[in-house]
Amino acid sequence: MSREAQNPVDLDDLYRDVILDHYRSPRNRGLLDEATVSAEGFNPSCGDEIQLSVAILDGTVNGLGFGGAGCSISQSSASMMTEALEGRSLVDARQMSAHVQQMLTDDSFDLDAVNLGDLEALSGVAKFPVRIKCGLLAWKVLDQALANASGEHVEDDSDIPTRVTSG
Amino acid sequence: MVTAVDMTPLDTAAIRAQFPILEREVHGNPLVYLDNAATTQKPQAVIDSLTSYYSTMNANIHRGLHTLAEEATAAYEGVRQQVAELIGAASHREVVFTRNTTESLNLLAYTLGARLQPGDEIVLSAAEHHSNLVPWQLVAQRTGAVLRFIELNDDQQIDVDTARAAITPNARIVSVVHISNVLGSITPIAEISQMAREVGASMIVDAAQSAPHIAVDVDDLGVDFMAFSSHKMLGPTGVGVLWGRRELLADLDPFLGGGEMISVVTREESSWAALPHKFEAGTPNIADVIAFGAAIQFLNAVGMDAVAAHDADLTAYAVERMSRLEGLDIYGPADPSERSAVVAFNYRDIHSHDIATILDRSGIAVRAGHHCAQPLMRTLGVPATARASFYLYNERSEVDALIDGLLEAGERFGFDRGA
Repeated sequence: MSREAQNPVDLDDLYRDVILDHYRSPRNRGLLDEATVSAEGFNPSCGDEIQLSVAILDGTVNGLGFGGAGCSISQSSASMMTEALEGRSLVDARQMSAHVQQMLTDDSFDLDAVNLGDLEALSGVAKFPVRIKCGLLAWKVLDQALANASGEHVEDDSDIPTRVTSG
Repeated sequence: MVTAVDMTPLDTAAIRAQFPILEREVHGNPLVYLDNAATTQKPQAVIDSLTSYYSTMNANIHRGLHTLAEEATAAYEGVRQQVAELIGAASHREVVFTRNTTESLNLLAYTLGARLQPGDEIVLSAAEHHSNLVPWQLVAQRTGAVLRFIELNDDQQIDVDTARAAITPNARIVSVVHISNVLGSITPIAEISQMAREVGASMIVDAAQSAPHIAVDVDDLGVDFMAFSSHKMLGPTGVGVLWGRRELLADLDPFLGGGEMISVVTREESSWAALPHKFEAGTPNIADVIAFGAAIQFLNAVGMDAVAAHDADLTAYAVERMSRLEGLDIYGPADPSERSAVVAFNYRDIHSHDIATILDRSGIAVRAGHHCAQPLMRTLGVPATARASFYLYNERSEVDALIDGLLEAGERFGFDRGA
């Protein structure tokens, strides 16, 4: 029995209503004038791109805005990310990023162990290996921005090149 | 609008029966393979040729004195003759085997390109695949030569006027795609060759998408060099062809040095083997070249004119059906008769990766993305497109499946099925 026959993968696992809603009606689209750090990244194999601006005040994410172009998964992932991170501490934000990236890459990730809210809609992406990079893009850009905000330098060795554009 | 008439002379059912992969299912649906511009499927004869070679004939070629080496050498060199006949070359000595079109073009960029001086011009087009762009960028950086580009006209084609505007007396090399892997447009190569000749430039054609689909004749095209790949014309991966006029190839320095390409070697220097071996250093891809011969035999049996007629009919049908979908944009020439078997498109505001993922669940394979032509995507003003591309085993029912798949993708993204 093939792996797929044992564990059927349906398009509904990928294209959840929440994802399509964020794709059609993105939240926090547009870059912030008051950003304290900005970063961007792209996926060379498909051309998806994300620009991200983050306003950080007293160790808290005070506002986020994003721009870019790409598929429903890359753009909805960015939109949901900006909503989920608003008001969180830098420590929380980085932990959430780590959890989402685990969820996107591991289809046995235990969703009950964490509370990711709407972002759990992205859990189906792990079942579509060629689309994982689409989901990761926004989070790789976020990691780059938050590391810069914490005075760290991230060596970019992933297949998804990111860089700080201001900050 | 042109109404496509079914005048295909091909017995597609009989052809399909010779491609074992077309029997498989993908996600529970019959495979509908519409990614032929990326690579084509292989007939049983090509697969059998590979196993037969390794089962009965395997040996290194050209230097063995035993029976196996003799047989393998004869089979390998026989394919060189087949290629020469396929493209109307004056001699098998003008046919060099490489790994792929990319390597053939790099060979030219390194050897021809080494002669360029600052200010010399290399003329490409706005529609080049990265394989006919990046090697020339490297040459330009090394030599100080300048890249110039033939722009697309309003119908997204390279025409004689846009070519004339780009080819100046400073042009030393003109290297242009014959059929665009995105637009499907057919470049007027013979006219551009004439312009290159008038200014004394070397004329190269990237025939990766044309040699599989239409009869190509190097004399009719008037080119100096031509590059194409086996794997886009039913043959195995790992085999490319570089054809060049004998006196021009003879005049070039070698590209790679090593065994097979030498005549006499001393500690200090070497002299080169005769054409084409001067350009085939090391043990070549013997098995795959021999199997490429089986692919050429298959195409000859069908007939390149019949292949071209079938592709044209199917492409016209696809363009006609796709054009009727609300919100579907097709790139390339408006008239289907000016297009080869490639249809790049975008549908609604659904990104091409989402289109490709959704179609794949119905067993339909298309390409999505920038098609290794990022500058062309910028010219077209789109980040990416989906692309359906056809070949001799495709049928109208597969175009119908594509249309159904697109409507399903539209529904999933909240659009009515529409007209």
